[in-house]
Amino acid sequence: MLSHIPQAALDADPNVQLAKDIIGNCVHCGVCLSRCPTYAVRHEENDSPRGRIFLMKDMYEKGGVPDVRTVEHLDRCLTCLACEAICPSGVEYSKLIAHGREYVEEHYKRPLFQRAVRELLVRLIPNARLFRLAIFGGRLGRPFRGLFSGTLRAMLDMVPTKPLPAPSPVDRPQTFLPAPQAGKAVKPRKRVALLNGCVQTVLDTAINEATIRLLQRHGVEVVVAAGSGCCGAPAEHMGDEAQALPLVKANIDAWLREADGPDGLDAIVINTSGCGTSIKAYGHALRLDPQWADKAARVSAMARDITEFMVEIGLEKPATPTGLRVVYHSACSMQHGQRIVNQPKDLLREAGFTVLDVPEGYLCCGSAGTYNLLQPEIANELKERKLRNIRSVHAQIAASGNIGCMTQLAGEVGLPFVHTVELLDWATGGPEPAALKGQKLAAE
Amino acid sequence: MQMPEPNQTIISQRDALAQGLRQIVGKDWVISDDAQRRPYQCDGITAYMAMPLLVVLPGSAQEVQAVLRFCNEKGVKIVPRGSGTSLSGGALPLEDGVLLVTSRLCNVLAVDEHNRVARVQPGVPNIKITEAVSHLGLCYMPDPSSQLISTIGGNVAENAGGVHCLKYGVTANHILGMQAVLMTGEMLELGGAYLGAAEGDLDLMGVLTGSEGLLAVVTEIAVRLEPIPEVARVISMSFASVEEACECVGAIIGVGVIPAGLEFMDRKVLDAVSVLIKEKFDDRTAALLLCELDGTAVEVDALVGVVSDVAREQGAIELKVSTTEEERQRIWSSRKLAFSAIGKLCPDYYCTDGTIPRNKLPEVLNKMADMSRKYGLDYANCFHAGDGNLHPIIMYDAAKPGDLEKAEAFGADVLIACVDAGGVLSGEHGIGVEKRDLMTHQFTEVDLQQQQMVKCAFDPKDLLNPGKMFPTLCRCAEFGRMHVNNGNLRFADIPRF
Repeated sequence: MLSHIPQAALDADPNVQLAKDIIGNCVHCGVCLSRCPTYAVRHEENDSPRGRIFLMKDMYEKGGVPDVRTVEHLDRCLTCLACEAICPSGVEYSKLIAHGREYVEEHYKRPLFQRAVRELLVRLIPNARLFRLAIFGGRLGRPFRGLFSGTLRAMLDMVPTKPLPAPSPVDRPQTFLPAPQAGKAVKPRKRVALLNGCVQTVLDTAINEATIRLLQRHGVEVVVAAGSGCCGAPAEHMGDEAQALPLVKANIDAWLREADGPDGLDAIVINTSGCGTSIKAYGHALRLDPQWADKAARVSAMARDITEFMVEIGLEKPATPTGLRVVYHSACSMQHGQRIVNQPKDLLREAGFTVLDVPEGYLCCGSAGTYNLLQPEIANELKERKLRNIRSVHAQIAASGNIGCMTQLAGEVGLPFVHTVELLDWATGGPEPAALKGQKLAAE
Repeated sequence: MQMPEPNQTIISQRDALAQGLRQIVGKDWVISDDAQRRPYQCDGITAYMAMPLLVVLPGSAQEVQAVLRFCNEKGVKIVPRGSGTSLSGGALPLEDGVLLVTSRLCNVLAVDEHNRVARVQPGVPNIKITEAVSHLGLCYMPDPSSQLISTIGGNVAENAGGVHCLKYGVTANHILGMQAVLMTGEMLELGGAYLGAAEGDLDLMGVLTGSEGLLAVVTEIAVRLEPIPEVARVISMSFASVEEACECVGAIIGVGVIPAGLEFMDRKVLDAVSVLIKEKFDDRTAALLLCELDGTAVEVDALVGVVSDVAREQGAIELKVSTTEEERQRIWSSRKLAFSAIGKLCPDYYCTDGTIPRNKLPEVLNKMADMSRKYGLDYANCFHAGDGNLHPIIMYDAAKPGDLEKAEAFGADVLIACVDAGGVLSGEHGIGVEKRDLMTHQFTEVDLQQQQMVKCAFDPKDLLNPGKMFPTLCRCAEFGRMHVNNGNLRFADIPRF
């Protein structure tokens, strides 16, 4: 699509030039509408990828302060990237929307309440201690949630009702050696760094524990690198580059210290696909910074989802194939962001499970990072739709590779919801996932 | 490209009209804000844009009825739109017209498995019909390449085709009944849920299908469902010359085989595609045919034999036959990726849609090479060969002044060559604004007047999608007295574009 962005704006900011090039690739065919969750809910061009590309084109053409409607529609995008995955013309929507949001944050002054909420989320989520504290506060507020609406209500609704697990010792910086075989130490096949995602270490410690056991059992040395932490995605989703970049750089430093150390590093393994998408994009995020561009690109090149990594090294034969019917929910960051579609399902099948797909599996569940807090109405509609679709296949267990989706869906889906690695760990000799214990798994 | 002069009085009433329409469809579903109207400025052709007066998204057939009645009373024009994928500018807005968007009418209302009929709302995307019935072993056959998102209402308006229409027919052959609303708000029920019109009925469904939103707004459609073919296999056939490939198309049909699809790709397309699919095509190949055969296993195996023999006789240098479903999908992926692959070769392309008798393929394709030299623009060919439906892809750069005009002129020359070869202006994309001014090349003044009289019978005030399809605006009141004497048209003052 032809755009008429003023030359001065193109010269002033390389990201605007990039936006112009990306817009130029869009032929306005409309195929993206078929995969867009907000279009599925709203049926309105402005809430579709093609519409938002048009809005951003206008925003850059006019320059200055974007109007409130444009901001509203850009805010409604879940960044699920289903549009980018289906686009026949290869339009890089993820980059376009990311820079579009940065432009909004730089030029548009949000109302006070919105600003406060965003600021709060950006600070809370990356910090496990603050996050824990916030949940404690939320518990106190929960009985009064009927008094609130919108985002505040959504936040209180999100507060887990079950007690939080205690912080897990595995999430502290340390190194895990491969599991000994026949009482003898094993020389590691691979050495990997594990990202211990910020929210995950508070909400569900079992995921990292299962990941580490699974890797150890497969002869892999796992390091939780000192100085690594939140990937920066929550801030980045809200267009807050200033908050995101320090987190990104801290991770790069922490992992490259390991990679360049005496033992080296074969991969950075990630078990939260939302974070994986973000880390794989570090190279792009810092491409214009001469000091960081190469380092960031190295980190992105080493990033692997745990299922990608397990396919690379091969899964051990399952101890006891259960044949349980597992419905696999693919997170958007997994299937669209990282285009990892078959690996998790193939692994689950190899591990002896019967794998079922979710109808309309391309649609986002509405979690989308902090989206469920910022856009509760659309998020809830998508959640209900996802729940119906998951229930429709009559599985015994639901599995996914992203803590965000699990938090969004687990409470209401009506069947145990676990992380893919917990099932792989269980099938190859690990303990039964806590969510399954004591459950009489629903028969067919 | 010229559109009717917008009526400034109507434009000045925008706020009041928005107010009135909000009372019908609710405040959320009338878009009057500047920023939010802009994404509706064009459909699948970005070269033509216009800001709609208002955008309205009704939530029921009754709301469509009320919106039309309201606009009719106020003398406001209506442009119907589905998902905005038209490749002929059929949903191009008018500055003094309300854009009526059917995307919220997206429910499959009923499925009658035994009689193989589904009743759907017009905003249902084509593919969703098949998705709703595939568990019954059924499907909706017409498959335009936009089928993931193009709506069935839009398919009816344009009488859409697709790869499979060679064997199974176009949209018109799959519509059993419809509910439509006239500009006055009057609701029509046409056809039934089953085959065949009642005795003595005019075939008004046939009139509405392909009427490009000029006659009525369709609010419900009963579509025919077909059993999903048991087996499908595809044969990929390479030829050393374009002529040989074209002759093979005629020869296959000539022996009495009607393939499920028969597609043509030239060398330029193959080179572009091979980058995407990371597969090289034989150096000697100048053109490739893909021929799909479907039916029962026994039938398909026999047909594969027949078509392979014909291809060899016609000088095919290489034949590949799919043996598994994965292989079939892989062979087809080259065709499916063709347009996006070409999109990577040039900043913009323009694809048009003439249709010619199959035996004229070599002649018209050779003319295109001459035109390409004349205009200095590159082109590629990838089209539905089986029904002679050409889709020349003309490459240009919209940022270069004059390039779009050259591309349009090139496209017009191709279409004129199609008509001169005994063909027609459009196979499946429709006339819209894109081919409107060429209608006089295919039809005489009298033909066009007769067609416009049909328009007048449905929409005497000329409020539904005016400026599309006909190169002359009609003044229906005068038709009763209109005569052409010795080639002299009366009322020569009526605006022509």
